[in-house]
Amino acid sequence: MANLKTAEKKTKAQSMGMHTEVLTGKTQQKFFNPDEAENFFYWGTHDVDFNKRTELDVKDMDCKEANNRIDELMGEGYGTIVIKNPQGKHSLGVGILNKLNLIFEGSLGYFGVGSIDGPMVRVNGRVGWSCAENMMAGKVVIEKNAGSCFGAAIRGGDLICKGSVGARTGIDQKGGSIIVGGDAGAFTGFMMQRGRIVILGDVGINLGDSMYDGTIYVGGKIGSYGSDAVEAPMTKNDIDWLDRKLKVAEIGENFDVSKMTKVVAGKKLWNYDALEPTEKKGAI
Amino acid sequence: MCGIAGLIHRGKSSDVGEELRNMLQALKHRGPDSTGYALYANNDGQNFILRFKVGENVGEGSTSVNEDESVYDERKKIVDKKLADLGAPIIKEEKLTPYSYRYEIQYGKDLMWFSKAIESIENVEILSIGKSLELIKDLGDATAVSERYGLNKIQGTHGIGHARMATESGVDIKSAHPFWGYPFADVSVVHNGQLTNYWNNRRALENKGMRFMSECDSELIAVFLAEKMRNGATLEEGMRESLTGLDGVFTYFVATKDSLGMAKDTMAAKPLVLYESDDLVAMGSEEIAIRSILPQEIDTYDPFDGEVKVWQT
Repeated sequence: MANLKTAEKKTKAQSMGMHTEVLTGKTQQKFFNPDEAENFFYWGTHDVDFNKRTELDVKDMDCKEANNRIDELMGEGYGTIVIKNPQGKHSLGVGILNKLNLIFEGSLGYFGVGSIDGPMVRVNGRVGWSCAENMMAGKVVIEKNAGSCFGAAIRGGDLICKGSVGARTGIDQKGGSIIVGGDAGAFTGFMMQRGRIVILGDVGINLGDSMYDGTIYVGGKIGSYGSDAVEAPMTKNDIDWLDRKLKVAEIGENFDVSKMTKVVAGKKLWNYDALEPTEKKGAI
Repeated sequence: MCGIAGLIHRGKSSDVGEELRNMLQALKHRGPDSTGYALYANNDGQNFILRFKVGENVGEGSTSVNEDESVYDERKKIVDKKLADLGAPIIKEEKLTPYSYRYEIQYGKDLMWFSKAIESIENVEILSIGKSLELIKDLGDATAVSERYGLNKIQGTHGIGHARMATESGVDIKSAHPFWGYPFADVSVVHNGQLTNYWNNRRALENKGMRFMSECDSELIAVFLAEKMRNGATLEEGMRESLTGLDGVFTYFVATKDSLGMAKDTMAAKPLVLYESDDLVAMGSEEIAIRSILPQEIDTYDPFDGEVKVWQT
């Protein structure tokens, strides 16, 4: 992690991997004040050096043992950790609240890299259900496919799957971006509240069912729309953002984002009249 | 919860007993109550394999009634007499546990009639009939059941299995999976999920002459598919009809003497991870089941909602 005492004020929050999305209306919260950084203690974090690299073979470890070892390695200052032989184990790499380059040479099971806040993760394999659930910040790249509930309830960061994802991707999403290079299953964006989902391929039935807010972009066919999910016109801002984001995600080269379908909440399911004006907008 | 696993070797046979045991043991945390196997073995195909039980003296932790073992011997004698009356000579018999038997018999007539006659004996249940199907289920984890019944030695082309966490019915053998696709030889089913229109379907199917041996909702899938096939549907057609005919959340596998199929409900509420290559298909509720037999890096994926697939040996 960067030295907070010497960092520029404007980069302190980012250096700590903290939430940077600007929220509005009733849900507006102040997550972190850089001026108070010196008094701020973030449990479980370490000063790490990205150039200090090590490998960890977890073949004969259970998930708790492996996660404890990752934490110890961060405590020793390692900023780049390569995990060998994850072999579909569950709950690997969870709860990391640090800046860290974490690379998995293989596939993860359920709840991989859940509840993280800050690390850059690359999975050279597949992930099971609920990958990166509750992620606050950071970037996670999955090179192959992902199971259901991909990015459930994430609040920030970029979650990228280069293959296809299962059902209920982005369920209860509260911020951040989920970007999928392939197809997505049923109930994508179910009850999402903020953030963006980008699916370059097809999506299954009930897209955006009961979504409160947020935006979904689909490049392929849509099985059906869920309750209160409606199409909205693509704007220049949408196109610029998508172009930028796909480059960051390293997928969709030459993909014509202007032809994507934009889906937002129709806001007919509950009483939006009680909201503040800033929350009455049609889309983020 | 519950865990299911299945595999099929295409164009060759393998140690399916050991492979399925490894897969199910990896899923033990999903279902500690009972474990069941439907293995399609390299039998000579001359005789029917009849697996049946005459009771469920499975001891502490079971909801089954403990009975004196002498009752089992009496029931077994009645089964033998029924077989003789049916013109089904016993070629070979094995007593696997005090309550469980494996017979090789010769029989060439209607299996529904045969099954009704045998199961008319009090507390006797046919676990399976087939020329390659070996269906075994009992309380305990995959390793315990495998050791109890000597399954590690079984070679064959394919198999499906189940690690059960009892939610809809008791912890007993009759509610354990797999379920035989009565009255079809060599048909078996395992299921992960809950069916919500069980009683409506059961009443309708019973009125059509189909039989239920438990109150486990999963048994409905086997009976539902058997009834469709009885009326001329192919296995895959029956499975596709199940997507709308069955209500609830489910992922299930069904196997026949030369095929293995999977179906996932239209909400994709239950997990399934699938590996497919030219010579092997392996699938399970979690990837760790597949990794137990394929530790090298492989490409796997989750089938989508409403997906049905069938593979041949």
